[in-house]
Amino acid sequence: MFGVSNWHMKGLLLLLLTLLLPMGVYAMDAPESVTIDTIAKYYEPVEFDHAMHMDVAEDCSVCHHHTTGTGATNPYCSKCHSENRESATVACQGCHSADPFSAESIRRQGELNLFHDDLIGLKGAYHENCLGCHRQMDGPTGCEDCHAKTDAGERLYHSGKYAPEPSTHSAAEHE
Amino acid sequence: MSKVSRRKFLAGSLAGGVAAMLAPVKKVLASGDFRGFPDGMGVLVDLTRCVGCRSCEAACNKEQGLPAPDLPFDDDSVFDETFHHGTQKRRTTEKAYTVVNRYEPKDSDQPVYRKVQCNHCNEPACLTSCFVKAYTKTNEGAVIYDEHVCVGCRTCMVACPHNIPAYAYSKVIDPVVKKCIFCYDTRVSKGRPPACVEICPAEALTFGKRKDLLRLARARIKSSPEKYQQEIYGEHTVGGSAWMYIAGVPFEELGFDTTLPNEPIINNVKGFLGMVPMVLAIWPALFTGFHLLATKNKDHDHHDDSHTGEGEK
Ligand code: SF4
Ligand code: SF4
Repeated sequence: MFGVSNWHMKGLLLLLLTLLLPMGVYAMDAPESVTIDTIAKYYEPVEFDHAMHMDVAEDCSVCHHHTTGTGATNPYCSKCHSENRESATVACQGCHSADPFSAESIRRQGELNLFHDDLIGLKGAYHENCLGCHRQMDGPTGCEDCHAKTDAGERLYHSGKYAPEPSTHSAAEHE
Repeated sequence: MSKVSRRKFLAGSLAGGVAAMLAPVKKVLASGDFRGFPDGMGVLVDLTRCVGCRSCEAACNKEQGLPAPDLPFDDDSVFDETFHHGTQKRRTTEKAYTVVNRYEPKDSDQPVYRKVQCNHCNEPACLTSCFVKAYTKTNEGAVIYDEHVCVGCRTCMVACPHNIPAYAYSKVIDPVVKKCIFCYDTRVSKGRPPACVEICPAEALTFGKRKDLLRLARARIKSSPEKYQQEIYGEHTVGGSAWMYIAGVPFEELGFDTTLPNEPIINNVKGFLGMVPMVLAIWPALFTGFHLLATKNKDHDHHDDSHTGEGEK
Protein backbone atom coordinates (compact mmCIF):
# COMPACT_ATOMS: atom_id res chain seq x y z
CA MET A 1 0.00 0.00 0.00
CA PHE A 2 2.68 2.41 1.07
CA GLY A 3 4.89 1.33 -1.84
CA VAL A 4 2.12 1.89 -4.36
CA SER A 5 1.28 5.41 -3.24
CA ASN A 6 4.99 6.17 -3.20
CA TRP A 7 5.15 5.13 -6.86
CA HIS A 8 2.15 7.25 -7.61
CA MET A 9 3.84 10.18 -5.96
CA LYS A 10 6.98 9.65 -7.96
CA GLY A 11 5.02 9.41 -11.17
CA LEU A 12 3.14 12.57 -10.36
CA LEU A 13 6.35 14.37 -9.51
CA LEU A 14 7.96 13.24 -12.74
CA LEU A 15 4.94 14.38 -14.68
CA LEU A 16 4.97 17.72 -12.89
CA LEU A 17 8.68 18.15 -13.53
CA THR A 18 8.34 17.45 -17.24
CA LEU A 19 5.46 19.87 -17.43
CA LEU A 20 7.18 22.61 -15.44
CA LEU A 21 10.67 22.44 -16.84
CA PRO A 22 11.01 24.63 -19.89
CA MET A 23 14.02 22.58 -20.91
CA GLY A 24 14.36 18.83 -21.06
CA VAL A 25 16.85 16.99 -18.89
CA TYR A 26 18.97 15.84 -21.82
CA ALA A 27 20.75 18.09 -24.24
CA MET A 28 19.06 16.34 -27.16
CA ASP A 29 15.73 17.50 -25.73
CA ALA A 30 16.93 21.05 -25.63
CA PRO A 31 14.29 23.50 -26.86
CA GLU A 32 14.70 25.62 -29.96
CA SER A 33 13.54 28.69 -28.14
CA VAL A 34 12.59 29.69 -24.59
CA THR A 35 10.22 32.46 -23.57
CA ILE A 36 11.66 34.22 -20.55
CA ASP A 37 8.67 35.89 -18.97
CA THR A 38 8.53 34.93 -15.30
CA ILE A 39 9.91 38.27 -14.11
CA ALA A 40 8.74 40.51 -16.96
CA LYS A 41 7.20 43.70 -15.60
CA TYR A 42 8.87 46.84 -16.87
CA TYR A 43 10.16 45.02 -19.98
CA GLU A 44 8.43 42.69 -22.43
CA PRO A 45 9.22 38.95 -22.22
CA VAL A 46 12.35 37.81 -24.03
CA GLU A 47 12.09 35.25 -26.81
CA PHE A 48 15.40 33.49 -26.26
CA ASP A 49 16.85 31.70 -29.28
CA HIS A 50 18.18 28.65 -27.46
CA ALA A 51 19.29 26.78 -30.59
CA MET A 52 21.41 29.68 -31.81
CA HIS A 53 23.02 30.11 -28.38
CA MET A 54 23.76 26.37 -28.24
CA ASP A 55 25.71 26.75 -31.47
CA VAL A 56 27.60 29.76 -30.19
CA ALA A 57 28.37 28.43 -26.71
CA GLU A 58 29.11 24.86 -27.87
CA ASP A 59 29.39 23.60 -24.28
CA CYS A 60 26.17 23.54 -22.23
CA SER A 61 28.10 24.21 -19.01
CA VAL A 62 28.93 27.73 -20.22
CA CYS A 63 25.41 28.63 -19.08
CA HIS A 64 24.12 25.56 -17.25
CA HIS A 65 27.18 25.01 -15.01
CA HIS A 66 27.23 21.36 -13.86
CA THR A 67 23.52 20.61 -14.32
CA THR A 68 23.48 19.20 -17.88
CA GLY A 69 25.91 16.40 -17.20
CA THR A 70 29.16 17.93 -18.41
CA GLY A 71 30.74 18.47 -15.01
CA ALA A 72 31.62 21.88 -13.63
CA THR A 73 34.40 23.85 -15.30
CA ASN A 74 34.91 26.31 -12.45
CA PRO A 75 37.47 24.75 -10.05
CA TYR A 76 35.54 26.01 -7.02
CA CYS A 77 32.31 24.30 -8.17
CA SER A 78 34.02 21.13 -9.31
CA LYS A 79 35.06 20.37 -5.74
CA CYS A 80 31.53 19.01 -5.36
CA HIS A 81 30.19 18.87 -8.91
CA SER A 82 32.88 16.98 -10.78
CA GLU A 83 30.69 14.05 -11.75
CA ASN A 84 29.05 14.01 -15.15
CA ARG A 85 25.51 13.49 -13.93
CA GLU A 86 22.46 15.42 -15.02
CA SER A 87 20.60 17.31 -12.35
CA ALA A 88 16.88 16.99 -11.75
CA THR A 89 16.48 20.54 -12.98
CA VAL A 90 18.39 22.45 -15.62
CA ALA A 91 16.13 25.49 -15.86
CA CYS A 92 17.68 28.70 -14.52
CA GLN A 93 14.85 29.29 -12.06
CA GLY A 94 15.33 25.79 -10.66
CA CYS A 95 18.24 27.19 -8.62
CA HIS A 96 18.22 30.98 -9.08
CA SER A 97 15.38 32.48 -7.11
CA ALA A 98 13.06 35.02 -8.68
CA ASP A 99 12.79 36.54 -5.18
CA PRO A 100 16.40 36.55 -3.96
CA PHE A 101 15.78 38.75 -0.90
CA SER A 102 12.84 36.91 0.63
CA ALA A 103 13.00 36.20 4.35
CA GLU A 104 14.08 32.64 3.50
CA SER A 105 16.89 33.80 1.18
CA ILE A 106 18.15 36.23 3.81
CA ARG A 107 18.13 33.44 6.39
CA ARG A 108 20.20 31.30 4.01
CA GLN A 109 22.81 34.05 3.72
CA GLY A 110 23.50 33.51 7.41
CA GLU A 111 23.80 29.70 7.18
CA LEU A 112 27.47 29.15 7.89
CA ASN A 113 27.50 25.51 6.76
CA LEU A 114 25.78 26.12 3.46
CA PHE A 115 27.41 26.31 0.06
CA HIS A 116 25.47 28.49 -2.37
CA ASP A 117 24.89 31.00 0.46
CA ASP A 118 25.65 33.76 -2.07
CA LEU A 119 23.54 32.35 -4.90
CA ILE A 120 22.67 35.15 -7.31
CA GLY A 121 18.94 35.62 -8.06
CA LEU A 122 17.28 34.83 -11.38
CA LYS A 123 17.38 38.35 -12.84
CA GLY A 124 20.99 38.79 -11.73
CA ALA A 125 21.97 35.38 -13.16
CA TYR A 126 20.50 36.18 -16.57
CA HIS A 127 22.21 39.54 -16.84
CA GLU A 128 25.52 38.42 -15.37
CA ASN A 129 25.68 35.46 -17.74
CA CYS A 130 24.24 37.12 -20.87
CA LEU A 131 25.98 40.48 -20.59
CA GLY A 132 29.33 38.92 -19.73
CA CYS A 133 29.33 36.94 -22.98
CA HIS A 134 27.69 39.64 -25.06
CA ARG A 135 30.44 42.06 -24.13
CA GLN A 136 33.18 39.60 -25.04
CA MET A 137 31.54 38.48 -28.27
CA ASP A 138 30.10 41.84 -29.36
CA GLY A 139 26.52 40.77 -28.74
CA PRO A 140 23.82 43.32 -27.90
CA THR A 141 24.40 45.02 -24.51
CA GLY A 142 21.81 47.82 -24.38
CA CYS A 143 18.72 47.16 -22.22
CA GLU A 144 16.28 47.53 -25.10
CA ASP A 145 18.45 45.56 -27.52
CA CYS A 146 17.04 42.46 -25.81
CA HIS A 147 13.72 43.57 -24.36
CA ALA A 148 11.44 46.47 -25.19
CA LYS A 149 9.98 48.52 -22.34
CA THR A 150 6.37 47.98 -21.40
CA ASP A 151 4.06 50.91 -20.71
CA ALA A 152 4.77 50.45 -16.99
CA GLY A 153 8.47 50.58 -17.87
CA GLU A 154 8.18 53.84 -19.80
CA ARG A 155 6.22 55.31 -16.92
CA LEU A 156 8.87 54.24 -14.41
CA TYR A 157 11.81 55.53 -16.46
CA HIS A 158 9.97 58.72 -17.49
CA SER A 159 10.80 57.81 -21.08
CA GLY A 160 8.95 57.34 -24.37
CA LYS A 161 5.57 58.99 -24.12
CA TYR A 162 6.24 59.85 -20.45
CA ALA A 163 9.50 61.68 -21.21
CA PRO A 164 9.90 65.08 -19.54
CA GLU A 165 9.24 68.16 -21.66
CA PRO A 166 12.48 69.22 -23.35
CA SER A 167 13.82 71.99 -21.13
CA THR A 168 16.82 74.24 -21.03
CA HIS A 169 18.67 71.41 -19.32
CA SER A 170 22.06 70.86 -20.93
CA ALA A 171 24.28 67.89 -20.24
CA ALA A 172 27.37 70.03 -20.21
CA GLU A 173 29.11 71.95 -17.47
CA HIS A 174 27.26 73.23 -14.43
CA GLU A 175 28.65 75.69 -11.95
CA MET B 1 5.34 88.12 24.72
CA SER B 2 7.16 90.40 27.18
CA LYS B 3 10.89 91.07 27.30
CA VAL B 4 11.28 89.01 30.44
CA SER B 5 9.55 85.99 29.07
CA ARG B 6 11.61 86.15 25.90
CA ARG B 7 14.77 86.22 28.00
CA LYS B 8 13.52 83.15 29.80
CA PHE B 9 12.78 81.54 26.44
CA LEU B 10 16.31 82.30 25.29
CA ALA B 11 17.79 80.84 28.44
CA GLY B 12 15.62 77.79 28.00
CA SER B 13 16.71 77.26 24.45
CA LEU B 14 20.32 77.75 25.52
CA ALA B 15 19.96 74.99 28.11
CA GLY B 16 18.20 72.83 25.56
CA GLY B 17 20.99 73.46 23.12
CA VAL B 18 23.59 72.41 25.69
CA ALA B 19 21.68 69.23 26.48
CA ALA B 20 21.15 68.37 22.85
CA MET B 21 24.79 68.93 21.97
CA LEU B 22 26.17 66.98 24.90
CA ALA B 23 23.74 64.08 25.06
CA PRO B 24 24.86 62.18 21.96
CA VAL B 25 28.52 62.66 22.86
CA LYS B 26 27.95 61.16 26.28
CA LYS B 27 26.08 58.22 24.77
CA VAL B 28 28.81 57.46 22.28
CA LEU B 29 31.56 57.74 24.86
CA ALA B 30 29.67 55.50 27.26
CA SER B 31 28.97 52.83 24.68
CA GLY B 32 32.59 52.64 23.55
CA ASP B 33 33.06 51.45 19.99
CA PHE B 34 29.64 51.04 18.47
CA ARG B 35 29.70 48.91 15.34
CA GLY B 36 26.03 48.95 14.45
CA PHE B 37 23.14 46.91 15.77
CA PRO B 38 23.88 43.15 15.66
CA ASP B 39 20.96 42.34 13.40
CA GLY B 40 21.17 45.54 11.39
CA MET B 41 20.52 45.16 7.69
CA GLY B 42 22.73 46.46 4.93
CA VAL B 43 23.45 46.42 1.22
CA LEU B 44 26.59 45.16 -0.45
CA VAL B 45 27.25 47.08 -3.68
CA ASP B 46 29.39 45.01 -6.06
CA LEU B 47 30.73 47.53 -8.55
CA THR B 48 32.05 44.75 -10.79
CA ARG B 49 28.41 43.89 -11.52
CA CYS B 50 26.82 47.32 -12.01
CA VAL B 51 25.94 47.97 -15.65
CA GLY B 52 25.01 51.64 -15.26
CA CYS B 53 21.39 51.23 -16.30
CA ARG B 54 20.10 53.79 -13.73
CA SER B 55 17.11 51.57 -12.94
CA CYS B 56 17.87 52.12 -9.26
CA GLU B 57 17.43 55.87 -9.76
CA ALA B 58 14.07 55.31 -11.46
CA ALA B 59 12.86 52.92 -8.75
CA CYS B 60 13.92 55.36 -6.00
CA ASN B 61 12.09 58.21 -7.71
CA LYS B 62 8.88 56.18 -7.79
CA GLU B 63 9.14 54.68 -4.30
CA GLN B 64 9.87 58.00 -2.61
CA GLY B 65 7.37 59.98 -4.70
CA LEU B 66 10.06 62.37 -5.93
CA PRO B 67 9.47 65.02 -8.61
CA ALA B 68 9.84 64.05 -12.29
CA PRO B 69 13.48 64.10 -13.47
CA ASP B 70 14.86 66.64 -15.96
CA LEU B 71 15.85 63.82 -18.31
CA PRO B 72 14.50 60.25 -18.66
CA PHE B 73 16.14 57.68 -16.40
CA ASP B 74 17.37 55.76 -19.44
CA ASP B 75 19.24 58.78 -20.81
CA ASP B 76 23.00 58.15 -20.72
CA SER B 77 23.95 61.79 -21.27
CA VAL B 78 23.71 62.45 -17.52
CA PHE B 79 27.01 60.59 -17.16
CA ASP B 80 28.70 63.49 -18.95
CA GLU B 81 27.38 66.07 -16.50
CA THR B 82 30.06 67.67 -14.34
CA PHE B 83 30.04 70.42 -11.77
CA HIS B 84 32.60 72.81 -10.33
CA HIS B 85 34.70 72.95 -13.51
CA GLY B 86 34.74 69.23 -14.13
CA THR B 87 35.94 68.22 -10.66
CA GLN B 88 32.58 66.98 -9.38
CA LYS B 89 30.25 64.33 -10.76
CA ARG B 90 26.53 64.19 -9.99
CA ARG B 91 25.57 64.29 -6.32
CA THR B 92 22.44 63.35 -4.43
CA THR B 93 19.87 66.15 -4.34
CA GLU B 94 16.49 66.92 -2.82
CA LYS B 95 14.97 65.39 -5.99
CA ALA B 96 17.28 62.38 -6.33
CA TYR B 97 18.26 60.39 -3.25
CA THR B 98 20.51 58.16 -5.33
CA VAL B 99 22.59 58.84 -8.46
CA VAL B 100 24.80 56.62 -10.61
CA ASN B 101 28.05 58.03 -11.98
CA ARG B 102 30.38 56.67 -14.65
CA TYR B 103 34.15 56.41 -14.26
CA GLU B 104 36.83 55.39 -16.72
CA PRO B 105 39.64 53.97 -14.59
CA LYS B 106 42.97 53.48 -16.31
CA ASP B 107 43.23 49.76 -15.45
CA SER B 108 39.81 48.85 -16.79
CA ASP B 109 38.75 48.29 -20.38
CA GLN B 110 35.11 48.78 -19.33
CA PRO B 111 33.70 51.92 -17.72
CA VAL B 112 32.84 51.40 -14.05
CA TYR B 113 29.57 52.72 -12.64
CA ARG B 114 29.09 53.73 -9.04
CA LYS B 115 25.76 54.20 -7.30
CA VAL B 116 25.79 56.90 -4.63
CA GLN B 117 23.30 57.19 -1.75
CA CYS B 118 23.34 57.57 2.02
CA ASN B 119 25.59 54.81 3.38
CA HIS B 120 23.61 54.57 6.63
CA CYS B 121 26.65 54.85 8.88
CA ASN B 122 26.94 52.86 12.11
CA GLU B 123 27.80 56.09 13.93
CA PRO B 124 26.25 58.71 11.66
CA ALA B 125 27.91 62.11 11.71
CA CYS B 126 24.64 63.62 10.56
CA LEU B 127 22.92 62.22 13.65
CA THR B 128 25.57 63.20 16.17
CA SER B 129 25.90 66.68 14.71
CA CYS B 130 22.17 67.40 14.75
CA PHE B 131 21.38 69.36 17.89
CA VAL B 132 17.62 69.10 17.57
CA LYS B 133 17.92 65.31 17.26
CA ALA B 134 16.05 65.05 13.99
CA TYR B 135 17.92 61.83 13.12
CA THR B 136 17.44 58.25 14.33
CA LYS B 137 19.51 55.13 13.67
CA THR B 138 16.96 52.30 13.67
CA ASN B 139 17.56 48.72 14.79
CA GLU B 140 17.36 47.70 11.13
CA GLY B 141 20.32 49.96 10.36
CA ALA B 142 18.50 52.76 8.56
CA VAL B 143 19.40 56.38 9.34
CA ILE B 144 16.10 58.21 9.17
CA TYR B 145 15.02 61.73 10.12
CA ASP B 146 11.96 63.61 11.25
CA GLU B 147 11.16 66.45 8.88
CA HIS B 148 9.03 68.13 11.53
CA VAL B 149 11.95 68.34 13.96
CA CYS B 150 14.55 69.48 11.39
CA VAL B 151 15.12 73.23 11.59
CA GLY B 152 17.06 73.38 8.32
CA CYS B 153 20.36 74.50 9.86
CA ARG B 154 22.42 72.40 7.40
CA THR B 155 24.87 71.20 10.08
CA CYS B 156 24.43 67.56 8.99
CA MET B 157 25.18 68.56 5.42
CA VAL B 158 28.57 69.80 6.58
CA ALA B 159 29.14 66.92 8.99
CA CYS B 160 28.38 64.05 6.58
CA PRO B 161 31.67 62.59 5.32
CA HIS B 162 29.95 61.39 2.13
CA ASN B 163 28.22 64.68 1.18
CA ILE B 164 24.77 63.13 1.23
CA PRO B 165 22.08 65.25 2.93
CA ALA B 166 20.48 67.73 0.56
CA TYR B 167 17.99 70.49 1.28
CA ALA B 168 14.63 71.25 -0.17
CA TYR B 169 15.60 74.79 -1.12
CA SER B 170 12.39 75.07 -3.07
CA LYS B 171 10.67 75.58 0.27
CA VAL B 172 12.03 79.01 1.12
CA ILE B 173 10.63 79.45 4.61
CA ASP B 174 11.11 76.01 6.05
CA PRO B 175 13.86 74.04 4.25
CA VAL B 176 14.29 70.50 5.53
CA VAL B 177 16.82 67.75 5.01
CA LYS B 178 16.19 65.27 2.18
CA LYS B 179 18.12 62.04 1.82
CA CYS B 180 17.85 58.28 1.29
CA ILE B 181 16.06 56.61 4.21
CA PHE B 182 16.79 53.00 3.10
CA CYS B 183 13.07 52.79 2.13
CA TYR B 184 12.55 52.43 5.87
CA ASP B 185 8.81 53.16 6.17
CA THR B 186 7.66 51.22 3.13
CA ARG B 187 10.09 48.31 2.97
CA VAL B 188 13.05 47.76 5.28
CA SER B 189 10.98 48.04 8.48
CA LYS B 190 8.88 45.19 7.03
CA GLY B 191 11.89 43.04 6.15
CA ARG B 192 11.70 43.78 2.42
CA PRO B 193 14.63 45.05 0.32
CA PRO B 194 14.74 48.71 -0.74
CA ALA B 195 13.29 49.56 -4.17
CA CYS B 196 16.72 50.06 -5.79
CA VAL B 197 17.88 46.61 -4.69
CA GLU B 198 14.72 44.95 -5.92
CA ILE B 199 14.92 46.46 -9.41
CA CYS B 200 18.66 46.09 -10.02
CA PRO B 201 18.91 43.79 -13.07
CA ALA B 202 22.51 42.83 -12.41
CA GLU B 203 22.07 42.14 -8.70
CA ALA B 204 24.89 44.60 -8.13
CA LEU B 205 23.06 45.30 -4.87
CA THR B 206 22.74 42.50 -2.32
CA PHE B 207 20.42 43.06 0.63
CA GLY B 208 20.93 41.19 3.89
CA LYS B 209 22.18 41.39 7.46
CA ARG B 210 25.28 43.54 7.56
CA LYS B 211 27.30 40.84 9.32
CA ASP B 212 26.35 38.23 6.69
CA LEU B 213 27.09 40.65 3.85
CA LEU B 214 30.58 41.20 5.24
CA ARG B 215 31.14 37.45 5.13
CA LEU B 216 29.76 37.17 1.59
CA ALA B 217 31.93 40.09 0.47
CA ARG B 218 35.06 38.47 1.89
CA ALA B 219 34.13 35.17 0.22
CA ARG B 220 33.65 36.88 -3.18
CA ILE B 221 37.03 38.58 -2.86
CA LYS B 222 38.72 35.37 -1.73
CA SER B 223 37.25 33.17 -4.47
CA SER B 224 38.15 35.65 -7.26
CA PRO B 225 41.19 37.60 -6.03
CA GLU B 226 42.06 38.57 -9.61
CA LYS B 227 38.69 40.26 -9.99
CA TYR B 228 38.44 42.27 -6.76
CA GLN B 229 40.31 44.82 -4.69
CA GLN B 230 41.02 43.50 -1.20
CA GLU B 231 39.22 46.24 0.75
CA ILE B 232 35.54 46.50 1.54
CA TYR B 233 34.65 50.20 1.52
CA GLY B 234 32.37 50.87 4.47
CA GLU B 235 33.57 47.96 6.61
CA HIS B 236 35.57 50.35 8.80
CA THR B 237 35.37 53.74 7.07
CA VAL B 238 34.19 56.38 9.58
CA GLY B 239 33.12 53.61 11.94
CA GLY B 240 31.55 51.43 9.26
CA SER B 241 28.24 51.68 7.45
CA ALA B 242 25.24 49.55 6.51
CA TRP B 243 25.96 50.08 2.82
CA MET B 244 29.33 48.72 1.72
CA TYR B 245 31.15 48.51 -1.60
CA ILE B 246 33.49 46.06 -3.28
CA ALA B 247 35.18 46.91 -6.58
CA GLY B 248 37.55 45.71 -9.25
CA VAL B 249 39.68 48.86 -9.35
CA PRO B 250 41.09 51.04 -6.53
CA PHE B 251 38.35 53.01 -4.80
CA GLU B 252 40.10 56.36 -5.26
CA GLU B 253 39.69 55.92 -9.03
CA LEU B 254 35.93 55.71 -8.52
CA GLY B 255 35.52 58.98 -6.65
CA PHE B 256 35.51 57.42 -3.17
CA ASP B 257 37.13 59.45 -0.43
CA THR B 258 39.81 57.02 0.72
CA THR B 259 41.36 59.58 3.06
CA LEU B 260 38.53 59.24 5.56
CA PRO B 261 39.58 57.82 8.93
CA ASN B 262 38.25 54.58 10.39
CA GLU B 263 37.23 56.57 13.44
CA PRO B 264 33.64 57.76 13.51
CA ILE B 265 33.36 61.46 12.75
CA ILE B 266 32.01 62.19 16.22
CA ASN B 267 35.48 61.52 17.66
CA ASN B 268 36.84 64.35 15.55
CA VAL B 269 33.95 66.56 16.44
CA LYS B 270 34.91 66.32 20.12
CA GLY B 271 37.71 68.80 19.43
CA PHE B 272 35.22 71.01 17.72
CA LEU B 273 32.96 70.67 20.73
CA GLY B 274 35.69 72.41 22.74
CA MET B 275 34.50 75.64 21.20
CA VAL B 276 30.95 74.81 21.97
CA PRO B 277 30.31 77.60 24.48
CA MET B 278 30.64 80.15 21.71
CA VAL B 279 28.54 78.13 19.28
CA LEU B 280 25.94 77.54 21.93
CA ALA B 281 25.75 81.22 22.67
CA ILE B 282 25.12 82.02 19.04
CA TRP B 283 22.93 79.22 17.76
CA PRO B 284 20.05 79.26 20.20
CA ALA B 285 19.85 82.99 19.75
CA LEU B 286 19.93 82.59 16.02
CA PHE B 287 17.19 79.99 16.05
CA THR B 288 15.15 81.94 18.50
CA GLY B 289 15.35 84.71 15.96
CA PHE B 290 14.25 82.37 13.20
CA HIS B 291 11.46 81.11 15.38
CA LEU B 292 10.22 84.56 16.22
CA LEU B 293 10.41 85.63 12.60
CA ALA B 294 8.55 82.57 11.51
CA THR B 295 5.82 82.90 14.13
CA LYS B 296 5.42 86.64 14.43
CA ASN B 297 2.74 86.86 11.80
CA LYS B 298 0.81 84.01 13.32
CA ASP B 299 0.67 84.79 17.04
CA HIS B 300 2.22 88.17 17.60
CA ASP B 301 1.03 90.37 14.82
CA HIS B 302 -0.11 92.92 17.38
CA HIS B 303 3.55 93.55 18.30
CA ASP B 304 5.67 95.98 16.36
CA ASP B 305 8.56 94.71 14.25
CA SER B 306 11.53 96.22 16.13
CA HIS B 307 10.31 94.51 19.25
CA THR B 308 10.09 91.08 17.64
CA GLY B 309 13.45 91.30 15.92
CA GLU B 310 15.34 91.53 19.20
CA GLY B 311 16.01 87.81 19.52
CA GLU B 312 18.29 87.96 16.52
CA LYS B 313 21.26 89.67 18.08
S1 SF4 C 1 26.30 58.84 4.86
FE1 SF4 C 1 26.05 60.91 5.72
S2 SF4 C 1 23.82 61.20 5.81
FE2 SF4 C 1 24.18 58.97 5.59
S3 SF4 C 1 24.25 58.18 7.73
FE3 SF4 C 1 26.39 58.63 7.13
S4 SF4 C 1 26.71 60.75 7.89
FE4 SF4 C 1 24.48 60.42 7.84
S1 SF4 D 1 20.09 49.27 -11.06
FE1 SF4 D 1 21.91 48.04 -10.49
S2 SF4 D 1 23.06 47.76 -12.41
FE2 SF4 D 1 21.59 49.44 -12.77
S3 SF4 D 1 22.77 51.30 -12.28
FE3 SF4 D 1 21.68 50.73 -10.39
S4 SF4 D 1 23.17 49.48 -9.25
FE4 SF4 D 1 23.90 49.58 -11.38
